[in-house]
Amino acid sequence: MQHKATVTSLINGVLHPKNVVAQLVELGVSHYVTLPDSETAHMYKALMAEPSITLVPVSREGEAIPVAAGLFVAGQNPVVSIQNAGLYEAGDALRGLALGIGLPLVMFIGYRGHNRMGDTPDTAAKYLEPFLHMWRVDYFVVESDDDLDRVPVAFERAAKTNQPFAVAIGTEYAKESSEELGGE
Amino acid sequence: MITYADACRVLNESRGDAVAVTTMTQTKYWNQVSQEPDLDIGIANGMSKASSVALGIALGDSERSVFCLDADGSLLMNFGALATIAGMAPKNLYHFVFNNGIYSVTGGQPLPSPNVEYAKAAEACGYAAAFKFDDIESLDSALPEILSSAGPILIEIIIKGEPQAEGVDQTWESNAQMPLQLRALRKRLTGNDDWGPGGPFI
Repeated sequence: MQHKATVTSLINGVLHPKNVVAQLVELGVSHYVTLPDSETAHMYKALMAEPSITLVPVSREGEAIPVAAGLFVAGQNPVVSIQNAGLYEAGDALRGLALGIGLPLVMFIGYRGHNRMGDTPDTAAKYLEPFLHMWRVDYFVVESDDDLDRVPVAFERAAKTNQPFAVAIGTEYAKESSEELGGE
Repeated sequence: MITYADACRVLNESRGDAVAVTTMTQTKYWNQVSQEPDLDIGIANGMSKASSVALGIALGDSERSVFCLDADGSLLMNFGALATIAGMAPKNLYHFVFNNGIYSVTGGQPLPSPNVEYAKAAEACGYAAAFKFDDIESLDSALPEILSSAGPILIEIIIKGEPQAEGVDQTWESNAQMPLQLRALRKRLTGNDDWGPGGPFI
């Protein structure tokens, strides 16, 4: 018998970038160190409209954690935003310059391929949670605005433990109009 | 050709109160001349990422100069950092690249290409300026003007290779030292002793 996998997303609800940005502002985030990916494109636009947070685009994901470590040492409050595939590329930086130094850093990880069914054809999704477990990085999954109360908890946990904490973004950010982003 | 010891000596003489982010063999020689250990970080447990850490510090404390004493092999492993640094354009970042064409700490194996022009690459990526020196007198005399100019500036230094026969002296002891150095630096830069223990070493 042949089984045809159904990969339709089971995620309900929408994740609005402006709501995430509002939380980052409230939490006093100073820098958003990122390499954009397709799922977070709209978040990038929302951040460009937020003057209190400095965007730091990097050329490769492995740079993001070291840049954030330097910012933290200088008294800033950075976050990192990279895709799951990029997190794998950044593995040694995570080891040496986050876990290895006890860096309280919240990392937003794009959960590419996530569909809530477990079985996904995208290995970037398949390996994310095992990867985080293996590296002993605690995490929450955020799939919609309803989950955003987990974000402040992630910051509290990172600060309390002096360890990185991941927020896996399990859906594509919603597109918002220029009016919603404060544009004309 | 310049020796590590001479290069670190003249850089230290011009350092002022700059933060110094070092890596590989530079760390060993820098530690012999530095008078400001609370402003030093030896990146031992972050393969090739000294320039990225230096960028973060430079962005986070824009009033203070930041020296990065990078290595050619390390920069090749993190080459995209040139574009990242150029894009953020920190005026206070001075990126020294010690070019000896070999992996010193692993025994002197040659780099994939001995002909990379790091100063030209930095200029092409958009650094404010880039220089290359192969004698200590020229480096020494040019440093005051370079360090009074707005960065990011890359200074390529042609170094006499010193392959280490018995491997690098930066494993456990240096890995354990780095978290302490980072905490000391944060305390120095912010005035707050608020970064508690964490990680496997403290």
